[in-house]
Amino acid sequence: MALIRLSQIAHARSGDKGTSANVGVIARRPDFYPILLEHLTAARVEAFFKPLGVGKVVRYELPNLGTLNFLLPGVLGTGGSTSLRIDAQGKALGQALLEMRIETKEHSP
Amino acid sequence: MANVVKIGNAQGFWGDSPSAPATLAHQVPDMGYLTLDYLAEVSMSILAKQRQRDPQAGYARDFIDVAASLAPFWRGGRKLRIVTNAGALNPASCARAVAQTLRSLDCRALRIAVVSGDDVLPALRHSQNDFSNLESGRPLSDVNDRLVTANAYLGAAPLADALAQGADIVITGRVADPSLTVGPCLYHFGWNHHDYDRLAGATVAGHLIECGTQVTGGITTDWLDVPDVAHIGYPVVEVAEDGSCTVTKPPRTGGRVNEAIVKEQLVYEIGDPGNYLSPDATVSFLSLRVSEAGPDRVHLAGASGRPPPSTYKVSATYRVGFRASGTLTIFGRGAHEKARRCGEIILQRLREAGAEPAESRVDYLPATDDGGAMEVLLRVTVSDPRREAVERFTREIAPLVTCGPQGTTGYAEGRPAVHEAFGYWPTLIDRELVRPRIEILEV
Repeated sequence: MALIRLSQIAHARSGDKGTSANVGVIARRPDFYPILLEHLTAARVEAFFKPLGVGKVVRYELPNLGTLNFLLPGVLGTGGSTSLRIDAQGKALGQALLEMRIETKEHSP
Repeated sequence: MANVVKIGNAQGFWGDSPSAPATLAHQVPDMGYLTLDYLAEVSMSILAKQRQRDPQAGYARDFIDVAASLAPFWRGGRKLRIVTNAGALNPASCARAVAQTLRSLDCRALRIAVVSGDDVLPALRHSQNDFSNLESGRPLSDVNDRLVTANAYLGAAPLADALAQGADIVITGRVADPSLTVGPCLYHFGWNHHDYDRLAGATVAGHLIECGTQVTGGITTDWLDVPDVAHIGYPVVEVAEDGSCTVTKPPRTGGRVNEAIVKEQLVYEIGDPGNYLSPDATVSFLSLRVSEAGPDRVHLAGASGRPPPSTYKVSATYRVGFRASGTLTIFGRGAHEKARRCGEIILQRLREAGAEPAESRVDYLPATDDGGAMEVLLRVTVSDPRREAVERFTREIAPLVTCGPQGTTGYAEGRPAVHEAFGYWPTLIDRELVRPRIEILEV
C-alpha cells in the first residue's frame, strides 16, 4: 500500500454554480480513472469539505473523459457578491481537493 | 480545407485584457467571428446602479474602446463580425455609443444589430406566485420588493437572425454564454433549429472558449509548466458542419492547448454532464470524444443533443444590504493568536456600539497554524442591511494599529470601501413570455 496525494494521479478545476460549486477531477492517465472511481467517492469528498459547511455532495461520472464531476451544494453560502469567503467563487476548491491523501495499492508514483 | 467556421473569444469576462480583441484579430486573419463575453451573474446589478444615475448607461463601456480598436480592420476591408453581450441592460444605448465612436473614426458602412427582449423584470415584479428560486425553492415574494434586475438567457436563434440581416456587430443583453458561438454556427451552416446533435457540438465549442484564456492554459492545475503566459494566446475554435470542433490558439503565442487543459475547461462550472442545459439544446458530454490533433490543437466530436427545456433560465438580482472587508498584517511571535484577538476586538467593539453586523467572518492567512507563523494576514468581512453598521466597521480597523499587538501593519490602503451587496435569484420563465427582438442600426 502507498499513500499518495490526489494531485499525483489527477488534475482538477473548480468554479461556482450559484450558491453551489463544482469540482471536476480528471485522471492523469486512463489507468488512474478506476482508482478515482474507487477512492474518490461522494462521501469522501463530502467529508473532506465538511469544514466549509458543504451539503450533500453529488458525484457524476464521465468515463469517456476519465473524469469525475462533484457538485458541492451550499459550499459558497448565499453565492455571488454576498459570500463572505475569500474564495467567493470556489476557484480554490480544486487545489484544495488535490491535497487529499489516498491509500492505494494499484499505484505508487 | 473542409467547411469550417473560425470563431474566436477575446473577452472572457468584464475586466479581461482590453487589447486582446485587436491582437487576436491581427493574429488570425481568417477568423470570421469574434465573441466577447462581458457578463457574470452579478454584473447586471452593478450596471443597474449605473443606469439609475444615468439612463444612457447600463452596458459594458469597455466595449466602446474595443470597437474603436477594431476600426482599422474594418476600414481595411476585413470581414470580421463581432458577437457580444456587452449590451447588458441597455443594448440599444451601447449600440448608439459604438456607432458614434466608429463614425468619429471614419469607419462606416457597418451594420449593428441590437438583440433585446431578455429583460423580464416586469414579468417577475407582477407575478403572484411563480418564479421560485431554482436552488432554495423559496418563493419570489421573499425578495420581490428588493428586485433589481431579471434577465432571461436568450439562445442562438436571434443572434443567427441578426447575422442573416447582415449585421457586422451583434450587441445583445443577456444571452447564454455558449450561444454567442452557437449563433454564428447556426447562421453560417444554415442548420435547422432541430439539429440537436450539431447544436450540442457548437454549444460545447462555445462553452470551451467562453472564458477566454482558461482553455489556452490559464488556471490549469499544472500552470507552472505552461509556457510564456505573459503572451498567452486567446482561443479560436474551428467548428465543422457536423458540429465537431477543434480548439486552438494563434501560432507564436504563449499558453498551451492540450487534452488535459480542454478536459478541465469542459467540466468548468457544469452540473450533470449528461444534462447540460442551454436554450439551444440539452447537451450530453457523455458521448464526447477528445483527442489531440497536433500541437496546440484538440479535436472534439460526438456531443449529443436533445430538445432544450420549454423554459428560459432567468438570472435575477436583489438588494441584500452592504458589505465591507478590511485587512491588517500582524508580524511576530504568536502572530496567529494576536490576529485572532484583533478580530475579536473589532467585533466586540461593533457589538458594544449597537452595530453588530448581521453576518461576519474572520479569516487568517495562513489559514492553518502550527504555532510557527511569523506573519499573518487578518481579514474581517461583515455584511448588514444597514449601511451605517457597515460604515461603523470600516472605522474600527485602524485603531488597532496603535492599540493592537506590536508588529501590526498593512494599513496603507486606508479605510475599506462599503459596497452594496446583491443576492442572486436563479429561476425559470416560460418561453412564451419572452419575445426576443432585433433592431438594426447603420453606422
